[in-house]
Amino acid sequence: MMEIGIEHYLTVAAMLFTLGVFGIFLNRKNVIIILLSVELILLSVNINLVAFSSYMGDLVGQVFTMLILTVAAAEASIGLAILVVYFRNRGSIAVEDIHLMKG
Amino acid sequence: MIVAICFYIFAAVLVGSAVMVVFSKNPVHSVLFLILAFFNAAGLFVLLGAEFVAMILVIVYVGAVAVMFLFVVMMLDINFTELRKGVQDYLPIGLLIGFILLAEIAAIAGGWSMTDGIATTITSATPPASEVTNTDAIGRVLYTDYIFLFQVAGLILLVAMIGAIVLTHRNRSGVKKQDIGKQVRRRRHEAYEAVKVKPGEGI
Repeated sequence: MMEIGIEHYLTVAAMLFTLGVFGIFLNRKNVIIILLSVELILLSVNINLVAFSSYMGDLVGQVFTMLILTVAAAEASIGLAILVVYFRNRGSIAVEDIHLMKG
Repeated sequence: MIVAICFYIFAAVLVGSAVMVVFSKNPVHSVLFLILAFFNAAGLFVLLGAEFVAMILVIVYVGAVAVMFLFVVMMLDINFTELRKGVQDYLPIGLLIGFILLAEIAAIAGGWSMTDGIATTITSATPPASEVTNTDAIGRVLYTDYIFLFQVAGLILLVAMIGAIVLTHRNRSGVKKQDIGKQVRRRRHEAYEAVKVKPGEGI
């Protein structure tokens, strides 16, 4: 219990991942919460990578964590830009109305 | 001992704030809880000996991404109570899928172990922390073996930046803008006109 192994970190990451997926299903109308849930999922993946990197003594995991951080930042900026444009056009951010845009 | 206590504190606050991100009624609170979650994840990374990634997480995520989320949430005037109407309907299916996912992950974790020859497959071993700092070690790997991926990451950021600007930029009509070419091309005869005014009459 007092000896922290890789399993502890993997458990935390699994809980975060599940919470992220759960958040996507729970807040299906609110795009902002969906984007936040995606960030949680990416964070759990990062925790997994860093935990394996640390316990196996391999640095590549941390390098890949930085690449994931880059992609997550790009994804968040593009997602929020699309959100702002969508809000300007429709005056709401309900996900269900997106199919009304017709291309 | 102290490491274990720190781990449990960080992990508990991390999972608790993740729960609050999902369940919070106000999205501003969600973003603030996400910031708290990132800080605690950075604490976990420090415990794992990955200081550089922890600092990057704090600087890039809390400093840039989360604050950008906060800006957008506060900038858009959204009726959030309207958006939360269907939450009760989605709760059972969400719980079902969450439990299935958790059970699957637990099943994998139950039968999981490292392979025997795992030590031989390590591509770039961590140098001893007493000789090389974490940042130095990552730099030595990142700028040599993974330089191509590093450049591609920069390219991704460039594309994301251009994409965000192109998406949100709009030309508004009816706004007066400075046109330097027009100003420079202007000649004297276009600018004013000499009118002979007879005394006692207007123009």
